[in-house]
Amino acid sequence: MHEQPYEPERAIAGTGMGGAMDLAASEATTLEGRPSAASGGRAPGGPAGKPRSLWSDAWRDLLRNPVFLLSALVIVFLVLISLWPSAIASGSPLTCDLAKAQDGPGPGAPFGYDGQGCNVYTRTVYGARTSVTVGLCATLGVALLGSVLGGLAGYFGGVWDAVLSRITDIVFAIPVVLGGLVLLSVVTSTTVWPVIGFMVLLGWPQISRIARGSVITVKQHDYVQAARALGASDTRILLRHIAPNAVAPVIVVATIALGTYIALEATLSYLGVGLKPPSVSWGIDISAASPYIRNAPHALLWPSGALAVTVLAFIMLGDAVRDALDPKLR
Amino acid sequence: MGRYVARRLLQMVPVFVGATLLIFLMVNVMGDPVAGLCGEQGCDPATAAQLRRELGLDKPLWQQYLTYMGNVFTGDFGTAFNGQPVTELMATAFPVTVRLTVVAVLLEIAVGITLGVVTGLRRGRPVDTGVLLATLVVISVPTFVTGLLLQLLLGIRWQWIKPSVRSGTFDELIVPGLVLASVSLAYVTRLTRTSIAENKRSDYVRTAVAKGLPRRRIITRHLLRNSLIPVVTFIGTDIGALMGGAIVTERIFNIHGVGYQLYQGILRQNTQTVVGFVTVLVLVFLVANLLVDLLYAVLDPRIRYA
Amino acid sequence: MLLDVRDLRVEFRTRDGVARAVDGVGFAVDAGETLAVLGESGSGKSVTAQAVMGILDTPPARITGGRILFQGRDLLTLKGEERRRIRGTGMAMIFQDALSALNPVMTVGDQLGEMFVVHRGMSRKGARARAVELMERVRIPAAAQRVRDYPHQFSGGMRQRIMIAMALALEPALVIADEPTTALDVTVQAQVMDLLAELQREYRMGLILITHDLGVVADVADRIAVMYAGRIVESAPVHDIYKAPAHPYTRGLLDSIPRLDQKGRQLYAIQGLPPNLTHIPPGCSFHPRCPLARDVCRTDEPPLYAVDEDRGSACHFWRECLHDRDH
Repeated sequence: MHEQPYEPERAIAGTGMGGAMDLAASEATTLEGRPSAASGGRAPGGPAGKPRSLWSDAWRDLLRNPVFLLSALVIVFLVLISLWPSAIASGSPLTCDLAKAQDGPGPGAPFGYDGQGCNVYTRTVYGARTSVTVGLCATLGVALLGSVLGGLAGYFGGVWDAVLSRITDIVFAIPVVLGGLVLLSVVTSTTVWPVIGFMVLLGWPQISRIARGSVITVKQHDYVQAARALGASDTRILLRHIAPNAVAPVIVVATIALGTYIALEATLSYLGVGLKPPSVSWGIDISAASPYIRNAPHALLWPSGALAVTVLAFIMLGDAVRDALDPKLR
Repeated sequence: MGRYVARRLLQMVPVFVGATLLIFLMVNVMGDPVAGLCGEQGCDPATAAQLRRELGLDKPLWQQYLTYMGNVFTGDFGTAFNGQPVTELMATAFPVTVRLTVVAVLLEIAVGITLGVVTGLRRGRPVDTGVLLATLVVISVPTFVTGLLLQLLLGIRWQWIKPSVRSGTFDELIVPGLVLASVSLAYVTRLTRTSIAENKRSDYVRTAVAKGLPRRRIITRHLLRNSLIPVVTFIGTDIGALMGGAIVTERIFNIHGVGYQLYQGILRQNTQTVVGFVTVLVLVFLVANLLVDLLYAVLDPRIRYA
Repeated sequence: MLLDVRDLRVEFRTRDGVARAVDGVGFAVDAGETLAVLGESGSGKSVTAQAVMGILDTPPARITGGRILFQGRDLLTLKGEERRRIRGTGMAMIFQDALSALNPVMTVGDQLGEMFVVHRGMSRKGARARAVELMERVRIPAAAQRVRDYPHQFSGGMRQRIMIAMALALEPALVIADEPTTALDVTVQAQVMDLLAELQREYRMGLILITHDLGVVADVADRIAVMYAGRIVESAPVHDIYKAPAHPYTRGLLDSIPRLDQKGRQLYAIQGLPPNLTHIPPGCSFHPRCPLARDVCRTDEPPLYAVDEDRGSACHFWRECLHDRDH
């Protein structure tokens, strides 16, 4: 099976999303098929008798996977410090002292000071909040919008499906970073919402394609046909039968996308159109530190490192979840 | 085949119109193109109104779009902020970005496929685990961070390369090309690896072993040919993507290519530059996708286009 | 003796423990002779065949013991390169599903010709000519044109003929056919089987026919070896087995074939399931399913008793089985 149901290049470097997303979609659809395989017959080698479901099976696998445990640990830590950054960093990220500009590590500032004399440690800790907020909200928005639109298109087909497919094609043809530059360059708000809104606007087709594909596959299964023959309503079929079985690929892609949205926010902020000061963001800090790269590389390295570890944690988490849900790799 | 191409070309039209219209609208929402033309001081109202008339900006948006697209098809992409025709900017910018993309694609092929084949054949061994981890890291570190780090290390600390590109010749573009390719490269590696590992277990490879073919021939003639089909299509679609994604890389290494011009166009709110460049990029992207689809049929004889 | 396999043992390491897929198997094949290896899926018949061909995936499989004497040489002691040279020239294999066993992106001509290029050092052009000859040999119509086609452009029966042509290309002394007709339509099965039998006679090859289909065996085989849970439980000339099986498992297999002369009678089915190879029952591995099983079967593993000079049965009560026609 293809390894990665996600398109980091497209989300980060900003490009169209055409063909490679088909790869992602095709591999994501193979996740389905597992439920029937697991429920039919005995689980080979397992404890006798007890049938194992896709989810409990995947959960047991995850708990034994060190990659999952490590990335989950990092993510829990990140969420905690975004909720209570003051617990581990004293002072405000906005109090800067130009006299200390580009200084190395000192008391209360283990990472040193940046070009404006801001405490790099404090800013790095506070930057986590932005990244986690943007990542979570954008993913939630994209996943909801994408699965509803894609799921309905896959289930009902027809004109709506055709229109949605064309819209998807159009959005994929627009390079993401470019779209961000154009749309966000007029925004003056310093909150995270324009960035999140932009990501949802350009991100949903990625999920809708996968949701559509997996709904179409699940729809053809006998148990759905049987439910239909028994006179179940469309709503009931969608919610009770299709959604639970089509959701696995969406979850996998969304988890990995979360990491790429964090990277995208940082990229846009680096280009000066994402978040704007006084917001605290790793992207802003990296951008601000790059002119001083010769004299104060520490101001560049710490936020970069934090960003890399955060994105890595989410991508590895998604990777582990996919492995656990994909029966072919066992 | 001919009919298939015709149908695909026809399907491209709405996507092309939709994407360019979307960008056109976005750019117009972005700001006043006239304000961009007058520079820092701003125009007096009379001049602004005259400029507006001359540029057709007093007409409704859809009419502006049609006029613009009409001009584009006659080769007139409008004027950039400094009075230069946009086509002239393109003539200097595209060759640089094309070279950068060529370097990136060559790296994807040479490094990505090699690593993928090596790890796919040795699945589960230390080499495999190591490369796999490395690809995850490369994928996770955003391109601009990779770029800045390489610039810091290779350009400033060790001084192996010049930290910024001057003329944009191939040798200067190797490191920027690597940065641009990095994420795709990791992706190509992983894709090749899975594809190889999967095909290695296939029946036809077992047949090739049973035929008594030497290992080398089994790998090159049977395994690679089949395994590389998805990889080649990925790289093909990536060409359009790389060109559009070069903004960050070009900014870091100060390369005066497409990304640089676009960035300038956006900063200076120059509608015609931005829309013009994006139009070409969307075209490149669409054509690349079409070519990949056609290539697919060449690589895999089971695919037939009616 | 063309092929003499002695006490072959193959293990698979799995998550759930070591599976003994082949556990002390021995048999022999002479030139011009057809040996049918019979058994359910999981009985070890395909693993045995792959071990003889030298195409087992190691790991997970591991050959832990035994000898495979081919034309007097023990294949298990040969170096990889020597072993490779024998594949295709000395022995060849026909696989079950020709659609997946043939390379989808290579023309059948190239795949056939490859045998001559690699093993005989022929030019591509010469190899192509031989490929056409081979395709004519297995009676593929319009061979000269179809040599440029890809496997998916052929029907199932034609594909299997190409598979056969490829195996016979260099006239090997031994051919192993692993369920060669299972994937085909019933009408085509007979044609392909007849072709295989005809070519075997012509070239005087040894043929190992692996199958679970007793119907196929009766017409073409000289001897039968019945496998169960990685062991050979009965080995005998084909008519002897059909006349009177000397192992309850063989009897069960025979009784479960529908027969016209016994119309109306309930069809026999062997009760239970084949054992999990990681947990083979002690004693005789067939005892949980055996109608003749007694206490000794649960504790003592039966050796292959000599029923006749060229016949063996791994059942403590083979006499009973042999004489008790209607149990």
